Amino acid sequence: MSHILFVSTALFFIGMYGLFTRRNMITMLMAIELILNSVNINFVVFNKYLYPAKLDGIFFVIFIITIAAAEAAVAIAIIINLYRSHRSIDVEKASEMKY
Amino acid sequence: MTTRKIFRSAIWLLFSLIGIAALYFWLQVEFIAAVQIVVYVGGIVVLVIFSIFLTEQAGKEMPKQSTGRTIAAVLAVLSGFGLTLMQIWTYNFQPATKNFDWTVAKIGSQMLNTSSGGFALPFEVVSMLLLAAMVGCIVIAMKSPPATNGKAKEELLEKLNQEHKTELGITEISEV
Repeated sequence: MSHILFVSTALFFIGMYGLFTRRNMITMLMAIELILNSVNINFVVFNKYLYPAKLDGIFFVIFIITIAAAEAAVAIAIIINLYRSHRSIDVEKASEMKY
Repeated sequence: MTTRKIFRSAIWLLFSLIGIAALYFWLQVEFIAAVQIVVYVGGIVVLVIFSIFLTEQAGKEMPKQSTGRTIAAVLAVLSGFGLTLMQIWTYNFQPATKNFDWTVAKIGSQMLNTSSGGFALPFEVVSMLLLAAMVGCIVIAMKSPPATNGKAKEELLEKLNQEHKTELGITEISEV
């Protein structure tokens, strides 16, 4: 069980590293997908090994996958629209709504 | 994550998602593995690759990051990773001895159960969220959003007038 938790921790922090260093919006979106996947692994593992009589972890995984799909679709629509207006998908250049 | 070509990183993401699906198969939750493959590998990665193709050339290399930021990110990530690993190793989990029994029928009946322990309300909320996300995507991605507020309309009118004037000028010149 600890080995799987090791894998999911590694995945989470690889995603965090990508989120910290990358300035490209699509790459940051991919990093967020990695993080959500590691959380899903954690849910399944805890459900299987610690509470085998319940199914709550599986439900959480299903809902997280659904929400991740919706979030990715909305984010990509925003990114494509931003690219149309700014010709760039760099987060540093999309700062005019910041202040 | 470390590759600088964005298309390559998308392909690596695809393979890592397939690896996670394999992990689910190994954990004997085949339903989640199937959902993972269908939604992530079939949906999200294809969407990401499409958007990469729509926004820029896939072979173009991304600009290099500043080294200070990279070092700070590496430090933060490594310290967090070490801390979490320490927690995991020191807290000795005691796995339950019972077998994990799930069936798709069980999942379905509990998901649509309105009594306590059922997940009918989250299910409905998530379906409403999906609907809202779909409508939002369509609204965002509309090619020419209708100019609803007054300022945008005025700007549009001015632009049209100017274009009209220039056209008129061109026709006058050509007539002359």
